[in-house]
Amino acid sequence: MSNYHLDHLQHLESEAIHVMREVAGEFERPALLFSGGKDSICLLRLAEKAFRPSDIPMPLLNVDTGHHFPELNEFRDRRAKELGAKLIVRRVEDAIDQGIATPAPGEISRNKLQIPTLLAAIEEFRFDACIGGARRDEEKARAKERFFSFRDSFGQWDPKNQRPEIWNLFNARLNPGENMRVFPLSNWTEMDVWEYIRRENLEVPNIYFSHKRQCVRRGGQWLPVNDILPPKPNEEVRELVVRVRTIGDIISTGLVESPASNFDDIIAEIAAAR
Amino acid sequence: MSALVSSTSAPSANSHLPSPAAPRAALSTHPIDILRFNTCGSVDDGKSTLIGRLLYDSKSLMEDQIEALERSADITGGGQINLANLTDGLRAEREQGITIDVAYRYFATPKRKFIIADTPGHVQYTRNMVTGASTANLSIVLVDARAGVIEQSRRHTAIASLLRIPHLVVAINKMDLVGWSEERYVQIRTEFESFLPRLGIKDVQFIPISALNGDNVVERSANAPWYTGPTLLGHLETVHIASDLNLNAFRLPVQWVNRPHNPKDDYLHDFRGFSGQIASGVVKVGQKVLALPAGIVSRVKQIWTYDGAVPEAFGPQSVTLVLEDDIDISRGSMIVGLDQLPGAGTELTAKVCWMHPRALQRGKKYFLKHTTNTVQAVVTEIEHRLNIETLEAQPAPAELAMNDLGEIRIRTAKPIFYDGYASNRLTGAFILIEQGTNATVAAGMLAAPLEFVKPESGDYVI
Repeated sequence: MSNYHLDHLQHLESEAIHVMREVAGEFERPALLFSGGKDSICLLRLAEKAFRPSDIPMPLLNVDTGHHFPELNEFRDRRAKELGAKLIVRRVEDAIDQGIATPAPGEISRNKLQIPTLLAAIEEFRFDACIGGARRDEEKARAKERFFSFRDSFGQWDPKNQRPEIWNLFNARLNPGENMRVFPLSNWTEMDVWEYIRRENLEVPNIYFSHKRQCVRRGGQWLPVNDILPPKPNEEVRELVVRVRTIGDIISTGLVESPASNFDDIIAEIAAAR
Repeated sequence: MSALVSSTSAPSANSHLPSPAAPRAALSTHPIDILRFNTCGSVDDGKSTLIGRLLYDSKSLMEDQIEALERSADITGGGQINLANLTDGLRAEREQGITIDVAYRYFATPKRKFIIADTPGHVQYTRNMVTGASTANLSIVLVDARAGVIEQSRRHTAIASLLRIPHLVVAINKMDLVGWSEERYVQIRTEFESFLPRLGIKDVQFIPISALNGDNVVERSANAPWYTGPTLLGHLETVHIASDLNLNAFRLPVQWVNRPHNPKDDYLHDFRGFSGQIASGVVKVGQKVLALPAGIVSRVKQIWTYDGAVPEAFGPQSVTLVLEDDIDISRGSMIVGLDQLPGAGTELTAKVCWMHPRALQRGKKYFLKHTTNTVQAVVTEIEHRLNIETLEAQPAPAELAMNDLGEIRIRTAKPIFYDGYASNRLTGAFILIEQGTNATVAAGMLAAPLEFVKPESGDYVI
């Protein structure tokens, strides 16, 4: 007699696969946002589980801020190749040159400029849905985000214009120019992501593991020494054993001092941090 | 707000509030499964405090949340932390009159991962409660021990029953404010039990708690020696949900046809699989299945998964089925077992919760999404509207407005294949979508079918 039982990761996995297949079934031109970060690494494995033995029926899309960790871009390009997936990269740098994105005076961070770059890519390829790796546990404001998050024809998110999601019945209908962001990992926590990566033994960029790095003390945290904002003479620079917890703009991604060199260590560290 | 301030002087100085910084070795073991629950309560029942208590005591907060809590305690509370602050996003919005909605929250213990659908309890928010309840295995109805059973308690319980949530917890809160009176507890329990039988909820647990002080939430209370049942968390961790799985009638709504068209590989060239998440039941290799609407019987040749072929699969697994015969199956089709066949029809009766400011219009065309299948539908009759205060049916109302519950008749442009919601929460459910705006306007629960798919109908391949 078999035991018909799914543990929490199998449950989350099946739910996420269901969401991905709804995207493939309901939309004409979907894309999967792949940055090479831990959440989108889970998305790629889930896409394989949802669509194999066929090819993943959508291209991978990445907005390159020009402020990425080099390790991340190398990983992104290699993984896309290994999977036989089409990778589309659109650069913030190009968007600035074309006048699509305009930096605020004095603003160095590229975070805000990702949005017009992404919207231009959506328009260029006429994508009607973009699968992303966002989770509801990331911050309080996301607790009410939908699996299928509706964007109007200006690419705007309006909390009043979101659709109730009842059972597993997602309303994917759009009018021309509208777009859906879809988040299969909505119900996952950071812990679930790492436990899934461990269970599936997924490769992650090595910067998630502890390594020696030149760090600069800035704004109360350790940041990687980089060419975009090199250390000033009065800033403290040290070589530390660190890892990244979340990957963002290289000029603002805080590093945590950590000896965690494998998945078990990382999971223990997250558990202890709560 | 002041009534919700925790009575503890500092988080680490109280036995109910273990220091959040303490190592949490327990979490490095896997939770064994997932329990989804929703919380219902009116504005002052202490719902936010209860959720805050569960998150805090189970150490499921992110560091920034703990810091924010403690910072606000230093500023406003003289060192007292306010657990309700954790979920106060909803409160702020309510005060500003912005969209009220369902917020999802997460915590885990070594035994289970929990997903909370947190819905505000105001009378207008039936729609949100239905949304939160739709995916729940368990519903917590909070009752203020001083106020006892009020209309909202009845309404929340009725919605839990309507949505067929198998487990109910009646958490009688603020017991500290009635001196932990056993008599008061029994009184409320007895009153609840007087209307429970007609709601048909299988499993009901009453728990006396004080969310503010933490009594019987995570830690057992010394204040209620007369109560011998579990703590709230103890109950959430152990309530038996495995048998809630519907393993009877096999149903696979097809989401996506998997055709690799790979010219380099003979197997992959001809591979044709039907991908979907099993809604109920078990499927085995070699088993006879019926494809609908084709009406053709075939056998399961292979159950394909990324991790290798498996001999059997069950709900809610996501799989890809390969059949022996080449049958016309596409998205929206359903593959079913032969032992319990589903209903079929274009004339449907359903209970609905109306979710949109534009009221239901008789005779108007909507899209009806049922499993993976979307068809056009028209509402032909509004049979009754349910008075959510008295739970009585008011026949032939003029309309159903936002937050109304009622029973309607629908005609679909094509037959759908379905089960009654009472026997299957996935193949018995649908949403209505307004044409043009594409707004989701209703959640529907189908009545048991009157006509079933007949095994002798259609062309048999065998």
